[in-house]
Amino acid sequence: MKRAVLIAVPYFWLLALFMIPFLIVFKISLSDAALAIPPYMPTMKEGLGAMLSQLDFENFIFLTEDDLYWKAYLSSLKIAFISTVFTFLVGYPIAYAMARAPTQWRATLMMLIILPFWTSFLIRVYAWVGILSTEGLLNRFLMWIGIISDPLIILNTSTAVYIGIVYTYVPFMILPIYAALERLDESLIEAAEDLGCSRMKAFWLITVPLSKGGIIAGCFLVFIPALGEFVIPSLLGGSGTLMIGKVLFEEFFSNRDWPVASAVAVILLIILIIPIILFQRNEQRQQEAEE
Amino acid sequence: MVETVFAPWEDPNASPLISFKNVTKRFGTFVAIDDLTLDIYEQEFFALLGPSGCGKTTMMRMLAGFENPSEGSMSLSGQDIAGIPPNKRAVNMMFQSYALFPHLSVWENIAFGLRRDGVAKDALSARVDEMLKLTRLEKFARRKPHQISGGQRQRVALARSLAKAPKLLLLDEPLGALDKKLRQDTQFELMDIQEKTGTTFVIVTHDQEEAMTVASRVAVMDEGRIVQVATPQKIYEAPDSIYVADFIGDVNILTGPVKATGAETYTLDFGGAAPVVATSERPFSDGQTGHLAIRPEKIGIHAERPDAPNTVQGKVLDIAYLGNLSTYYVELPNAQIIKAQTANTQRISRRAFTWEDPVWVSWSATAGVLLDQ
Repeated sequence: MKRAVLIAVPYFWLLALFMIPFLIVFKISLSDAALAIPPYMPTMKEGLGAMLSQLDFENFIFLTEDDLYWKAYLSSLKIAFISTVFTFLVGYPIAYAMARAPTQWRATLMMLIILPFWTSFLIRVYAWVGILSTEGLLNRFLMWIGIISDPLIILNTSTAVYIGIVYTYVPFMILPIYAALERLDESLIEAAEDLGCSRMKAFWLITVPLSKGGIIAGCFLVFIPALGEFVIPSLLGGSGTLMIGKVLFEEFFSNRDWPVASAVAVILLIILIIPIILFQRNEQRQQEAEE
Repeated sequence: MVETVFAPWEDPNASPLISFKNVTKRFGTFVAIDDLTLDIYEQEFFALLGPSGCGKTTMMRMLAGFENPSEGSMSLSGQDIAGIPPNKRAVNMMFQSYALFPHLSVWENIAFGLRRDGVAKDALSARVDEMLKLTRLEKFARRKPHQISGGQRQRVALARSLAKAPKLLLLDEPLGALDKKLRQDTQFELMDIQEKTGTTFVIVTHDQEEAMTVASRVAVMDEGRIVQVATPQKIYEAPDSIYVADFIGDVNILTGPVKATGAETYTLDFGGAAPVVATSERPFSDGQTGHLAIRPEKIGIHAERPDAPNTVQGKVLDIAYLGNLSTYYVELPNAQIIKAQTANTQRISRRAFTWEDPVWVSWSATAGVLLDQ
């Protein structure tokens, strides 16, 4: 009895805050747009039976017909994937250096990684506008030291989006990798060297495989939110960068086409569920390996 | 047929496998190894024994190549090895923590070193199987390190470090993580394997019993220096300093001025009723302070005054019953306490002495070692 109550709490949480909203969104995605409040029909006002009979998959069919949507999905997947790779390339060396730093330094370094979270995410992304714009800090600095004579156009390109995503999500990459590397016993590396490995080889054969769990966790923690990212592409990416988060926003607020927007959201959720399941499975396997 | 005793260190023509010459190692201002000179010969089972922080692990790490000497030279079969990285040395190490690769199976762990050398597939699997057989691990080849017991892990670590047939195998507290019973069995197994493979073993330990059991020679270290290097028997019966006598086993020390009474015989006045008699090959001048070190088992305990060169009266202060032995703590009139040990050879017998009993302790003139420091 007690156990049932205990288990009921998270289930209720999921039901109230995930399942019910999802079902509402799913229902809207099956409706038609209308000039009304709310801006779709049918609603419950007509009775449950009548409402259910008018629902159809029209909006989902529409998504396949207009190439904007699948292009946006593909572009999002591409941007999320490339950003994850870059975040990994930036994050791994930082995590490695942190794990190899003297013990008394590690807490400070960890603090420095977490510190940016104390400032609003929006403000931090806005700050990049000031850095990357044609009259921004970066261009002025590069022109001042004489590397370039004309300002580079970075803002409102996909480069700026990559910079923004890498900057924002790199702590999510660093923390799980750092956790994996910090646990790594230094004597394993020495044992590998003792058995004939060079430093580099020992890194490949021991350090990398043993931090695999952290790498996978970090990549998912970056990839999943980056896929649906809206703020970074709309602030830094300009109109040229197509991302599904932005499309979703425009459908809802500019077009006021809630049913199509809901259909976009449902598809996005389905795309996201796949990596989330993979992520969960990785975590589980990790725990089993550790016992 | 005369059986030749294995003692290359006594043969002036034998060339050592490892040779330390005036090696000093500093970490910042801390001197870990202080001007150390030492030869270790092929097929030896050499033990480095000392309290923690005495520099024994540093010595081992220098042999493995993880540390380089600050001064002096180190050679392995005549070749200077200072500066050669660990992966280029014919030396393997068994780590205290075993350092088994958790993501590889037992088989893969043992094959790891051979793989790095590019050993051909057939030769590799034959060698790994040989190692598995040597360490009786055949059944566990497919398991991961976390799926086997501590004793099995210890054997995997040994098999892995032996797989490349190194000239020298270093063992850093190899049995430290095992419980006492398993440790004793494993000591004999180690000696067996050392004999079978003919590899030179250097073992680091702080457990004197372990060092005495397995080693052909023991080096007792203290604060970065080697205090004495000798066979276990010599270390025990003929220590050359109080430090060694005290570090290895139990000992009674009587201190006082020494007087010569004949060739290699001396008397020592420790403040008792009469001076005690001792023989010593080490010369002493009259009046020099000497320390007589006597092991408790060499001291007899009697109710009546026995006929012996050295007899002292006292009373029983404490009795430690150890099962196989009993140790009596006898307080002498000058408040010094002497430990005397008797073997409990009879299963059912009344203890001859009890607390506060007046007793005589006695020992022969050759029972103790007269030391000057």
